[in-house]
Amino acid sequence: MTRTGVVDDALAYLNDPLSWTRTGGILDLTAEHLLLTAAAVVLAAVVALPVGAWLGHAGRGAGVVVWLTNATRAVPTLGIILLLAAGGLFGDTAVVVAAALFALPVLLVNTYEGVRGASPAARDAARGLGMPGSRVLAQVELPLAAGLVGAGLRTAVVQVAATVPLAALAGGGGLGQVIAFGMGTQRYGQVLAGGVLVAALCLVLDGVVALVLRLSTPAPLRAAARSR
Amino acid sequence: MADNPWFSWSYVTANADVLWARTAEHAVLTVEAVAIAAAIAVPLGLLAVRVRWLAAPLLGLTAALYTIPSLALFAILAPIMGIGRAPVLLGLVVYALLVILRNTVAGLDSVDPAAVDAARGVGLSPLQVLARVRLPNALPSILAGIRLATVTTVALVTVGVVVGYGGLGQLMFQGFRNNFYRAEILTATLACVAVALVLDLVLWVAGRALTPWLRGRSA
Repeated sequence: MTRTGVVDDALAYLNDPLSWTRTGGILDLTAEHLLLTAAAVVLAAVVALPVGAWLGHAGRGAGVVVWLTNATRAVPTLGIILLLAAGGLFGDTAVVVAAALFALPVLLVNTYEGVRGASPAARDAARGLGMPGSRVLAQVELPLAAGLVGAGLRTAVVQVAATVPLAALAGGGGLGQVIAFGMGTQRYGQVLAGGVLVAALCLVLDGVVALVLRLSTPAPLRAAARSR
Repeated sequence: MADNPWFSWSYVTANADVLWARTAEHAVLTVEAVAIAAAIAVPLGLLAVRVRWLAAPLLGLTAALYTIPSLALFAILAPIMGIGRAPVLLGLVVYALLVILRNTVAGLDSVDPAAVDAARGVGLSPLQVLARVRLPNALPSILAGIRLATVTTVALVTVGVVVGYGGLGQLMFQGFRNNFYRAEILTATLACVAVALVLDLVLWVAGRALTPWLRGRSA
């Protein structure tokens, strides 16, 4: 196998309209990839946003939030996906659960930090106006946290889109299948093409989410820093 | 179907040598990748702080590389560099690079200008200011970056299984293909977490030894 041969094979694969449009082709797999990504991010957000907001509002649980973020970094995603498969949870459900599990700490810590870090003067002023705690959270702290929560969402989306291909090794869907199938059949041109497709998807997704966030955040609330 | 426990000591004892070999392979690959990344990122960070306009493109480029999923990067590198260790090592270096570079720049930026001024005032040369004031002050941040990069790299090594060199990931995947041999997958996953914890602890101890002036303060 020559190396230029691999690049030629990859180009041939990407240039063949059939690889894109057939059932189970690149277009189908991309749609599936985006769907799985959305499901995992929504699942993680449904848990992380309320919990993070409440902990930040109450000013409790900082230790747990930080510990959870650090501890999950050490756990290999591949191990969790394979363990879920060995436990009987296969395919797309396992992908969504595993990806959501790893997106959760990112969203949790950013929501927590955002709410916690809201200007104390603004919080005091809201209290002074006679707002109850829930309104302080909804009308003052959460809007001020929007920038950080948005940054967390962006990181989570890209991270999940990067995790989904791993699940293809355990029979999950999405663009990772192109890589897994190429590896399984020793068609390295397809492996290369799959790698390029997944990388492109993640870079485009990162850009799109950044743009959406920028357009939907009022200028004074735009957080300069992007956090991970 | 035969009994398939989540954990079994007989698996661990019967496969102790393979487990140990994979764990060592995993740890060595991690240390090598982080060492290479640090050797590149710290000088790059110094350069970025000195030549200000370089900072944004350097951080932007490494952030873009960081966005590429590890599986995709290994898949792109393997056909070009060949199957095996080389593409995994290069991929890991790329990911560790961003974390260390970002912390190096942040650390150097946060050095108290008054301390630098004082050092200049007592007649230190620019190189001495760098070695005796800037670097020691930025060291905690650089070390934090190296620790974070190490823990992340340990988890990433497992993805190398896709190009045939994944350390403990090899065992996880082998267990998966071997009729969902739970004990093998779980043992390898736990060993992987253990490698991360041990390396993190070693770096924490080394960091304390390197920054004696911080002892007694909260880290």
